[in-house]
Amino acid sequence: MTTLTAPNDLDIRSARPDQLVAGATGDWEIIVGMEVHAQVSAQSKLFSGASAAYGGAPNAHVSLIDAGMPGMLPVLNRFCVEQAVRTGLGLGAKINLWSRFDRKNYFYPDLPQGYQISQFAHPIVGEGVLNVDCDSGETIPVRIERIHLEQDAGKSIHDLDPHATYVDLNRSGCALMEIVSKPDIRSSEEAANYFKTLRALVRYLGTCDGNMDEGSMRADVNVSVRKPGTPFGTRCEIKNVNSTRYVALAVDYEARRQIEILEDGGTITQETRLFDVKTGKTRSMRSKEDAHDYRYFPDPDLLPLQLDQAWVDAIKASLPELPDAKKQRFRAEYGLSAYDAAVLVADKDSADFFEAAAKGRDAKLVNSWMTVELFGWLNKHDKSLADSPVTAERLGELVDLISNGTINGKIAKEVFPRMIETGDAPLVIVEREGLKQETDTGLIEQTVDALIAANPDKVEEARLKPKALGWWVGQLMKATGGKASPAVINEVIKAKLGL
Amino acid sequence: MSKLTELTLAAARDGLAKKAFSAVELATAFNQAIEAANPSLNAYVLTTPEKALDMAAASDARLKAGNAGKLEGIPLGIKDLFCTQGVRATACSNILGEFAPTYESTVTSQLWRDGAVMLGKLNMDEFAMGSSNETSRFGPVVNPWKRQDGANAALTPGGSSGGSAAAVAADLCLGATATDTGGSIRQPASFTGTVGIKPTYGRASRYGIVAFASSLDQAGPIAKNVLDSAILLESMCGHDPKDSTSLQVPVPDFAAAVSRGVKGLRIGVPKEYRVDGMPEAIEKLWSDGIAWLKDAGAEIVDVSLPHTKYALPCYYIVAPAEASSNLARYDGMRFGKRVAGNTLTETYEQSRAQGFGNEVKRRILIGTYVLSAGYYDAYYLRAQRVRSRIAEDFRQAWQKCDALLTPTAPSAAFGLGEKSADPIQMYLNDVFTVTANLAGLPGISVPAALDAQGLPLGLQVIGKALDEETVFAVAGVLEAQAGFTAKAKPWW
Repeated sequence: MTTLTAPNDLDIRSARPDQLVAGATGDWEIIVGMEVHAQVSAQSKLFSGASAAYGGAPNAHVSLIDAGMPGMLPVLNRFCVEQAVRTGLGLGAKINLWSRFDRKNYFYPDLPQGYQISQFAHPIVGEGVLNVDCDSGETIPVRIERIHLEQDAGKSIHDLDPHATYVDLNRSGCALMEIVSKPDIRSSEEAANYFKTLRALVRYLGTCDGNMDEGSMRADVNVSVRKPGTPFGTRCEIKNVNSTRYVALAVDYEARRQIEILEDGGTITQETRLFDVKTGKTRSMRSKEDAHDYRYFPDPDLLPLQLDQAWVDAIKASLPELPDAKKQRFRAEYGLSAYDAAVLVADKDSADFFEAAAKGRDAKLVNSWMTVELFGWLNKHDKSLADSPVTAERLGELVDLISNGTINGKIAKEVFPRMIETGDAPLVIVEREGLKQETDTGLIEQTVDALIAANPDKVEEARLKPKALGWWVGQLMKATGGKASPAVINEVIKAKLGL
Repeated sequence: MSKLTELTLAAARDGLAKKAFSAVELATAFNQAIEAANPSLNAYVLTTPEKALDMAAASDARLKAGNAGKLEGIPLGIKDLFCTQGVRATACSNILGEFAPTYESTVTSQLWRDGAVMLGKLNMDEFAMGSSNETSRFGPVVNPWKRQDGANAALTPGGSSGGSAAAVAADLCLGATATDTGGSIRQPASFTGTVGIKPTYGRASRYGIVAFASSLDQAGPIAKNVLDSAILLESMCGHDPKDSTSLQVPVPDFAAAVSRGVKGLRIGVPKEYRVDGMPEAIEKLWSDGIAWLKDAGAEIVDVSLPHTKYALPCYYIVAPAEASSNLARYDGMRFGKRVAGNTLTETYEQSRAQGFGNEVKRRILIGTYVLSAGYYDAYYLRAQRVRSRIAEDFRQAWQKCDALLTPTAPSAAFGLGEKSADPIQMYLNDVFTVTANLAGLPGISVPAALDAQGLPLGLQVIGKALDEETVFAVAGVLEAQAGFTAKAKPWW
């Protein structure tokens, strides 16, 4: 008789069959949990008044505290605390009114104090959940274990000198939120979508700018594999993965690596690994045996952090509309499909842009111009919406011109690149370039009369196949320089041919 | 002019106010006294005579203009643990090299704000770790007091604030800053016939003081008498937003409390402080103290602090644990001493091996050990629990009394080298003082008698948190009743 292992509240999801990875010995299930470091959007650092701005000359944003000078003491930045609470509330998580800062001790030149101030035993935010829309259309709940506040380290630069390492302490002491998920993720695609959704959330909340190029968000990805129905396997932690795409690549590579080892009769050693973006592979950084003994203990320079429920409630009341709610509203208010709403809502900037452009207009038309034309151009030129030369107001005006018949869709496609080039209002461009739609039936009638006279065969054709008027429309467009209104053209042709 | 150095701080302040002498004259007298005495006593590790004269001249100008501060023109010595802008601060450790901070500690900046004059930096045990001032990179301080046995042995002034205590006792300053983590103000005061008070944890800012054990460290003064210590403490205290553990409470008029008397106060005598092998002179001192307070109208009550015997072991876990982390920043990377090796690890190892002395290394090792995985619960966590019990002992005692009277140290000053080979013997010096640090309570040492060898002995008064006023009131009565006027006979 076999004994079942005790029910494990960590292990509550099973992968869908299509998420399983086929191996030589059968299917494998991927198990992923993530620790995301999100830098708090703040003017100053977690325990000092030094600027937390990205960039700057090396060591330009360093206070005496950040440099670990003798006798310097940390003073907690309340703004950063508020951002962690906001993030927790955004995840529907438990806010711990009592939390504490601990010291994590280790030596490294980019850690001037010789310890990192973190929250080890008593984090500020407890359990919550993030609903993640997946490519399959399924929404999966990923449980959040905790969020804690901690200091970032400085940066060691090893490639400026063959014999020396340079240290830049600008980032040293910046506030990070470490958002720890439970191992509820079952594929590389889910992992990537989790990271993406979390990024969208913190950007909605304004608690982290989510700028991955600047290192504002990076993930430590814990990956293990197992045969479906068996307990979790040994995991490896892939450190500092800094894009959604890399998260997916790292999970896929690591899962295959582990499967190969296991299928060859080997065992997985718990270790920390690095994802090499050049090779797309992970490699060992240090094994569990080499792991530091961090000697955590409560930081005696700081009092335990005690929050007021009323203060937390006030933050809760000030939360903006979050992606889930916004998605529902976009569907109801603008009649968008679930897919279109999800695409817009995935990023706060695009949701805001859409709303600004769509207010009082044909929302579906706005959505199509925004997602097809504008996003197409931005993607092609590797730009973000924030850099868009076309504002929401201008895009709205373009849709207005189409809706009120000033121009047709075809002309609009000519106007749009001009808008990008010049930044001018669409109406100005239309007037300047004489692109207004030709609705003068007189000109159209004359042209049709001339065509009838010159092309009796086409007249015969049209009478036999009254739905195939493509030739006539084409000729008329040519004659009017594309400015003729399709509706008027159809009307006139039908009348003249007696269809 | 040499007479000026023998004044008390309060008397010098009055003399300056009455223009009996100038601040420059006063500073000059101290500069000269230090120059003459320091080669023998080694109390100062750095003198700043020109700075003293500049500051004194500025004080004279303010005295003349009628906008003098509370300590205008008062020359002070500063323990080397305090960061002083532009003036070398080493915590008497090689690892800090010639480090001259670009910033000033809050405590010293408040003294300068009130017009005090800096004479120099005072010797101490390395990183304040020691009870005899023998672990200093600059060598030990010699106690101005000698035994009357004719052997002329050099005695310790105690530690870690040995330089502060010796300088005050030998009239090399009107008062000195000091710090107390386990008794480092009170034990040296007891060994040198001076007054030293450690205020309530959080009264004085720790900003700019080189950290030893953050949850225990407190700054305080060593002075010639109780009133002087009260005057100095008032300037040193106050809320500081740069120290998160600084208390947001007003600073009372400590000086006024000194003459308040003890009528109606209940003074507790903790039985657990009666340790085996306590010298007779200390037994007598204690019972004299009890009698004096009784005579002055206090009620004496027996109290029990049952966890006292665990205080020293608890202290020697908590303090090294915090120190092991606090001293990690001394890595040879950004300031102080660096001994370059072939690798980063080698540089760390060599810088720290050569930079730290043996006692500091011992405590870093102990501290690292007690925080290590597998030992944390048995040592650090347990010590924290003991610490809560000790604090609870005091809370229970306050149900019965308003302050406690105990000896300050288990012995008079001992000879240099006598205990330095045996850390446990050395650590026992703190047996009566560590409890106040563990519980965060104010404690003062008042000189009250001489032993058979003519060496001073101190009595300790421990008060409730933030009740320094009662501590000063009791100390004022002890001082008056003891009529202690002895001074070390100059031999230096």
